Amino acid sequence: MTALLSILVLVFILVAIWQMVKIFDLTQVGNKEANNQVANDTDNRINGYLMIGFLIFIYVITIICFVKFGDLPLMSNSASEHGPGIDNLMIISMIVIFFVQTVTQFLLHYFAYKYKGEKGRKALFFADNNKLEAIWTIIPVIVLAGLIIQGLFTWTNIMNIDTSKDPLVVELYAQQFNWKARYAGQDNTLGKANVRLIDIDRANILGVDESDPNAQDDIITTELHLPVGKPVLFKMRSQDVLHSAYMPHFRAQMNCVPGMITQFSFTPTKTTAEMRETPEMIDKVANINRIRVEKSKELVAKGEEGLERYEFDYLLLCNKICGKSHYNMQMKIIVETQEEYEAWLKTQKEFKYSLVTVE
Amino acid sequence: MSAHVEDAHAHDDHGHHPKETFITKYIFSQDHKMIAKQYLITGTIMGVIGVMMSLMMRMQIAWPEEPNVIFKALLGKWAPEGVMDADIYLALVTIHGTIMVFFVLTAGLSGTFSNLLIPLQIGARDMASGFLNMVSYWLFFISSVIMVCSFFVEAGPAAAGWTIYPPLSALPLAQGGSGMGMTLWLVSMAIFIASSLLGSLNYVVTVINLRTKGMSMTRLPLTIWAFFVTAIIGIISFPVLLSAALLLIMDRSFGTSFFLSDIFIQGEVLHYQGGSPVLFEHLFWFLGHPEVYIVLLPALGITSEIIATNSRKPIFGYRAMVASILAIAFLSTIVWGHHMFISGMNPFLGSVFTFTTLLIAIPSAVKAFNYITTLWKGNLQMNPAMLFSIGLVSTFITGGLTGIILGDSALDINVHDTYFVVAHFHLVMGISALYGMFAGIYHWFPKMFGRMLNKKLGYIHFWVTAVCAYGVFFPMHFIGMAGLPRRYYTNSNFPLFDDLANVNVVITLFALIGGVFQLVFLYNFFASIFYGKKAVQNPWRSNTMEWTTPVEHIHGNWPGAIPEVHRWAYDYSKPGHEDDFVPQTVPMYEGEEELQH
Repeated sequence: MTALLSILVLVFILVAIWQMVKIFDLTQVGNKEANNQVANDTDNRINGYLMIGFLIFIYVITIICFVKFGDLPLMSNSASEHGPGIDNLMIISMIVIFFVQTVTQFLLHYFAYKYKGEKGRKALFFADNNKLEAIWTIIPVIVLAGLIIQGLFTWTNIMNIDTSKDPLVVELYAQQFNWKARYAGQDNTLGKANVRLIDIDRANILGVDESDPNAQDDIITTELHLPVGKPVLFKMRSQDVLHSAYMPHFRAQMNCVPGMITQFSFTPTKTTAEMRETPEMIDKVANINRIRVEKSKELVAKGEEGLERYEFDYLLLCNKICGKSHYNMQMKIIVETQEEYEAWLKTQKEFKYSLVTVE
Repeated sequence: MSAHVEDAHAHDDHGHHPKETFITKYIFSQDHKMIAKQYLITGTIMGVIGVMMSLMMRMQIAWPEEPNVIFKALLGKWAPEGVMDADIYLALVTIHGTIMVFFVLTAGLSGTFSNLLIPLQIGARDMASGFLNMVSYWLFFISSVIMVCSFFVEAGPAAAGWTIYPPLSALPLAQGGSGMGMTLWLVSMAIFIASSLLGSLNYVVTVINLRTKGMSMTRLPLTIWAFFVTAIIGIISFPVLLSAALLLIMDRSFGTSFFLSDIFIQGEVLHYQGGSPVLFEHLFWFLGHPEVYIVLLPALGITSEIIATNSRKPIFGYRAMVASILAIAFLSTIVWGHHMFISGMNPFLGSVFTFTTLLIAIPSAVKAFNYITTLWKGNLQMNPAMLFSIGLVSTFITGGLTGIILGDSALDINVHDTYFVVAHFHLVMGISALYGMFAGIYHWFPKMFGRMLNKKLGYIHFWVTAVCAYGVFFPMHFIGMAGLPRRYYTNSNFPLFDDLANVNVVITLFALIGGVFQLVFLYNFFASIFYGKKAVQNPWRSNTMEWTTPVEHIHGNWPGAIPEVHRWAYDYSKPGHEDDFVPQTVPMYEGEEELQH
């Protein structure tokens, strides 16, 4: 209904403007100049002023966006060890972009206003200047060199996985449209697996090799629990199409590709409980709940169920188009202390006990 | 070869042209000007379809799962009770992308202006091969029809995203749209690529061989340089997409395993073994990234020409502009991996592609600064074409700058496939190229149809579009940085993103207003073809050669001999001349210096 109304309003605005143009045209009937669809001095002046107006519009929308959304927790509140590295680089890049954007947009629109055409004036014949060209080739080269170098250090640091720190090995397993996690168990070695070994009747849903001794103590779960402060090495698999394991709070993402194992590693630095207590997150959650309460009122008025209260949790989202329910492919991530994690792990079934014997 | 010579001969000899029938003049025409118009009209129709799809997607995102009469009317069985189905949402995403990138901004933009301007601006009677040119258009037409028809098959059109990554696109079991819909998509694109290659070869041959006397490469207008280089990139990269499409057809229909391996779906193990979807990603983006420049370079070429003409000033740094076109073209073929930083390819490759990608910022910066300097101390004629060109420079800067973030592999980890990407590429290639296309239409409409577009409607069109474009895509960067993934049918399953819902409504409102105001343009365009003010021969007082031809179109373009060229295209406001423009065909007066360029 809202959509319909907005569209109606738009149509009326359109009709109104069209009518205004008509009237405008009628008042100009006397003007029989041959080439009258070419801009004249009045057009140049009006559009010149509008250029300044537009420059202000760009600045205003920039300021509004930065003030209102500039510090969404995701931008400043990472929960992994490498996160601040990415965030710093992001902020540096943003400052460069903000500066260049502000200056160049100003020059562009200000010149468009300042040099708006007047009959009889002649433009300056200025076709080339090697010094200027050199300046705006060399300056970007220097700035980009800096950004590239820092970017490559950050990237290499994240992607070169340091196995000497004995990371916790976890498999992320993607299928249309859910996630599973497989923990390597006591031996911290994942059992071999291939989708050809999937046996639904035996409840071997990930195709884990039953004869592999390393597989016996593997643990398959539908929630991802991680101990804080310990490096985790994720091994990603997919059984059907491409998926992407996106964990925005940890600044982590890697595609899951059928037929190959991809990997990504990070160290969580904040437990879920700690994250919930950060001031930014408290604000964000309060804001979301305010929105949800309002929405619930509307829903209840319509006779539908209201929305539940939101509590923050880390999430793993699918971020590569994977089919109909792509928009709802998620898994909860819980970061907790080592003791909590171990206690939770003990309540989970090991692979060898999870199989069903078929008669 | 001898046939070609005779043909050229026939063109020189105007008195004896065979009488044209309606069919040879308007339908199976071999005249480049008519083919340009055919491309433009077909591209415009496809554009209307593509934009309508995007508006439906925006309404779904803003008001998820709410009944909507528009959905009910347009989507039929895909919107039972007026609620959009999740499958058709992905189909809209896919076909919107395909149509806008290939059918509007490649064929509609290059097809129109390369065809119209290459012969006219270099001083040729027609394209090197009028027949191939006609075949190229009709292949494009057939592929457009097939692409649109794919909306009417039982299981729906292709819905794997315009990048059609397998296995999703290869397996009908994974998604309804990957059945007949995807087959039609692949067939349509294969025909499209054939069309594009025929067109591109023709452009390259024409520019190299058919320049008039005096039109050296260094006197070519920047439009022609842009079209020429674009055609070369197309010839290099489109065949790779064709091979990817053919291999995908093999995988889909003949059981090969180029891109597929180890798949378990809907309770069965498939036989595929040993292929890799990553291979497809490489092949796809080997076209896919140059494609960005195939879309953008013609728009930049058009802008160069229009900004110089309307500033009444030479384009600043002609040589640097040509060099940056060449540099961009070269770099564009070695950066495709930046779409695949997190695809599972070796991280070292990621480093290499970060390096090459960020290098593109250098020629791009040179171009932006040269445009700005061209405005400096000009005498700007604010025609609608000029406004769109300035608008292009503005969105090119805004959209291009965020490329510094996306091209940086470390930063890409967190914004990859979020709305940040959507905002970035829509501004830098979508809106910019669209502005280039609009600028071209406003500028060369008199050449195409002999009539003028109404300037007041043009002003309304530009200002509303400009405000809405920023209104849509600027806030979108921020919801992307907040982690919102693209291609989600609804975000309501993620309370985490509830605080972004209002932003999405604002974006949608801007999109709707901007979309509806394109009607102003369509009205102006179609009404002016018939009722527009009659154009004079050189309405913008421009230097390039197309304005020396008569307003009425004739076969062979010039009634007498083709004029000779004596200077470059940018002698605007040159000291020593009374007028503020000196057409390329005006000889140098004694002692006049030609610029060293």
